[in-house]
Amino acid sequence: GVEDRFSILYFQKNGISNGTLYKKTFIEHFEQAPMYVAVLTFLGFGVGTVFGYLRDFMRAWGLEKRNVATEREQQKDFVPLYQDFENFYTRNLYMRIRDNWNRPICSVPGPQFDLMERVTDDYNWTFRFTGRTIKNVINMGSYNYLGFAETDVNALKTVTIELQKYGTGICSTRQEMGTLDKHIELEKLVANFLGVEDAMVFGMGFATNSMNIPALVGKGCLILSDELNHTSLVLGARLSGATIRIFKHNNMQSLEKLLRDAIIYGQPRSRRAWRKIIILVEGIYSMEGSIVRLPEIVSLKKKYKAYLYLDEAHSIGAVGATGRGVVEYFGMSPDDVDVLMGTFTKSFGAAGGYIAGRKDLVDFLRTHSHSAVYATSMCPPVAEQIIRAMKCLMGLDGTTQGLQRVRQLGKNTRYFRRRLHEMGFIIYGNDDSPVVPLLLYMPGKIGAFARRMLEKNIGVVVVGFPATPITESRARFCVSAAHTREMLNTVLNALDELGDFLQLKYSRYSKSSHPELYEETRLELED
Amino acid sequence: MAAAGAGQQWVLVEMVQAFYEAPAYHLILEGILILWIIRLLFSKTYKLQERSDLTLKEKEELIEEWQPEPLVPPVPKDHPALNYNIVSGPPTHIITVNGKECINFASFNFLGLLDNEKVKSAAQASLKKYGVGTCGPRGFYGTFDVHLELEERLAKFMRTEEAIIYSYGFATIASAIPAYSKRGDIVFVDEAACFAIQKGLQASRSNIKLFKHNDMADLERLLKEQETEDQKNPRKARVTRRFMVVEGLYMNTGDICPLPELIKLKYKYKVRIFLEESLSFGVLGEHGRGITEHFGINIDDIDLISANMENSLASIGGFCCGRSFIIDHQRLSGQGYCFSASLPPLLAAAAIEALNIMEDNPDIFQTLRAKCERIHKALQGISGLKVVGESFSPALHLQLEESSGSRENDVKLLKRVVDYCMNSGIALTQARYLEKEEKCLPPPSIRVVITVEQTEQELDKAASLLKEAAQSVLN
Repeated sequence: GVEDRFSILYFQKNGISNGTLYKKTFIEHFEQAPMYVAVLTFLGFGVGTVFGYLRDFMRAWGLEKRNVATEREQQKDFVPLYQDFENFYTRNLYMRIRDNWNRPICSVPGPQFDLMERVTDDYNWTFRFTGRTIKNVINMGSYNYLGFAETDVNALKTVTIELQKYGTGICSTRQEMGTLDKHIELEKLVANFLGVEDAMVFGMGFATNSMNIPALVGKGCLILSDELNHTSLVLGARLSGATIRIFKHNNMQSLEKLLRDAIIYGQPRSRRAWRKIIILVEGIYSMEGSIVRLPEIVSLKKKYKAYLYLDEAHSIGAVGATGRGVVEYFGMSPDDVDVLMGTFTKSFGAAGGYIAGRKDLVDFLRTHSHSAVYATSMCPPVAEQIIRAMKCLMGLDGTTQGLQRVRQLGKNTRYFRRRLHEMGFIIYGNDDSPVVPLLLYMPGKIGAFARRMLEKNIGVVVVGFPATPITESRARFCVSAAHTREMLNTVLNALDELGDFLQLKYSRYSKSSHPELYEETRLELED
Repeated sequence: MAAAGAGQQWVLVEMVQAFYEAPAYHLILEGILILWIIRLLFSKTYKLQERSDLTLKEKEELIEEWQPEPLVPPVPKDHPALNYNIVSGPPTHIITVNGKECINFASFNFLGLLDNEKVKSAAQASLKKYGVGTCGPRGFYGTFDVHLELEERLAKFMRTEEAIIYSYGFATIASAIPAYSKRGDIVFVDEAACFAIQKGLQASRSNIKLFKHNDMADLERLLKEQETEDQKNPRKARVTRRFMVVEGLYMNTGDICPLPELIKLKYKYKVRIFLEESLSFGVLGEHGRGITEHFGINIDDIDLISANMENSLASIGGFCCGRSFIIDHQRLSGQGYCFSASLPPLLAAAAIEALNIMEDNPDIFQTLRAKCERIHKALQGISGLKVVGESFSPALHLQLEESSGSRENDVKLLKRVVDYCMNSGIALTQARYLEKEEKCLPPPSIRVVITVEQTEQELDKAASLLKEAAQSVLN
């Protein structure tokens, strides 16, 4: 009836969905900008490139000072380390707006932080610090979804004790002398939290992917990886030696076609059957803000007997009624996913990663993971921070603070996204994802946006090529449970002003504040 | 003009005449050929790969029948890595392993900074100010003033222009190598290189040429071969970068690389040197600056020095240092730097304090070396076990003098030696490797680690205990 109509996906960039598998509405937006925007974007890059060639020419002929570091005199006849054209983009385009990245901070990365003021005397080639700090800048850039990046003495009490007891180092690997009782405690807690049999923790989130995927798959296996997967997943897949095939982002038809072709035709040339097929997806994609279509992927995986590796770096703690990630968000059981991977950097305010699942999987990783044999284990104060954050989330510390944080994050996310839609910006992603990409498109606006927001005392993250497609530069906001309504309103008002000034309100669908009225008219299905 | 027009007309008339005068079979043949060409033009393209004869039913059957391997092969319950040592409490000089108190000869805590009070209080101060995590990569508000300070201090300590920090020791060299060496470049690497280097090389997709461990003649032979290759194809040689990756103090064999000869080869054959100093940083050299100080070599001769802070500095993470020309490139192309969260500030503050202690007490390096010499001498002459490693190396290996033939049995024998020592209060461990993944698998061995906190009695006790264990187990 009415329920079914609303569980169909809007804006079909990612193929037609099977609406009956979803227990709640799944709304994602990927609106296309008007054509003139793409034209102007290319024009902008063209102008930048022309000026780049001009400056390179002037530098080569000594008309302009060379600011870039050069090779040693004694090694001038070695093969050059960098090709000139490789660095063209860095030298001429990135360098102009370099001040918007690597901004140093000098306080805890909470909902507000302090930035160190830095100025440049030579157009971003070098920076110097004036010694002043810009205080209480609203933080819309750090991955602090549940607000656990805090310095409250009571909250950090146990961490302080453990730091005093254990120190900061381990100086050994998991399989030699580096397994502490703290790791065992943490692993039991993680397994309990996720509702699986066992878990293993690692010292670095990036390394969790790049060192465990090669242990799980090898030559003769097939990896089906989403178009927009994170670099760590791509690196792990490449290091494993398996064949990699890419399916369109969140597109189930593309994935099914690849699965069918793989099983029917086997390995290329030799036609042998594949040893195993593994699907690599993320919970929330950090550049798009989209959530993986888990129910459909699980039904596909069961039908074709493939394995599923879910990277919940951004979604653990951030979605789901009690913060247990996309599995809970879709009302599914954790047994449906073969390998649950995640990181502790984002929602838990610590560092490191984990892999959880059945006991035989985790036992295998304990013996065969590259990280267990060659890399240092997680340091105890960091492990304690994760333990206390997880206990808070699970309610084991006797309060309902954890649940409140998750609810607050959900409220903040929905409010922020709704207001941005109403103002007329183009926002990508799922309505429930705390990662909010706001499209800027034109290269000139990247620098202008970030600098003007900083003048208004708001710190934002802007991303351009090559992290995003060349025409889709964006600003990415990370909503946090620690943001108050006032902070969000300050940011929204600033965005409103700046959006008018920089002409960023590209959306053709300017919403009113009565959502039920407009949802009915937007059932466009395209294939 | 008129002549041309007349000429054209003449050709046309000739053609029509020829048409009438041609024999019938000729015309029929031509007609058939034309029809065939038309048919070929309009028929579907013939794809060689597609099995166009599979029906939907057959495809469904294939899908039904296919059975994948299990996700993970079963692991036997008595696999040595499943029954690992559990340490209760901090892994300091006196360590509680599996409930028993022992003297720690297994953690790489060379300078004893793991439970140094000054380091801990620096970390506590940082914890109060910054919390635990940085919640972002370096590019997106994950750069803290402590990171910048640590980078400056490391660059000053090593006397280079710039340093860059990574949040994990393994990721340091594994991200640094692929940032410079790409497909088509050539890397000469020692056989005994550690696993992190091997992974970095694999990620770079370059041509890898292994030379025998510390064998300069073998390396020169490979370099000469490459030179003759270059002369055949000079245009390609002009854009192929060459690198040499060596370790200061090798983790797998405990000896050092002959750096002066390598420098000579570098300038003779125009190959850049990447030096991995995880074990030699804070150990070799008069002030702990590593193998360049040990040999008295100008640090600018080495293109890149990479080390991890998990051994001597008793923290977590790693760093690379060198000239700005080289290091600055990693800020945009080092994968472990750009796409990963930065080092938690409390660990960076601990590293800074550890560096302070290293600078203020330069005599600990001499003390450490003296202890290494002492135990190296004491361990000579154990029947059945031989010492592998330099006399001043704080990480030694004890290998079986005669292998029993199978690696599994060797591992079991060494385990019994280790258990004997653990029961009597000396904590040791076997060196662990991934047998199927290593390029050149070292033989099984017991790892003996010397730290500055071990007293002379403890060193002597360890040596005598190992003698006893070898006697009882191996004879």
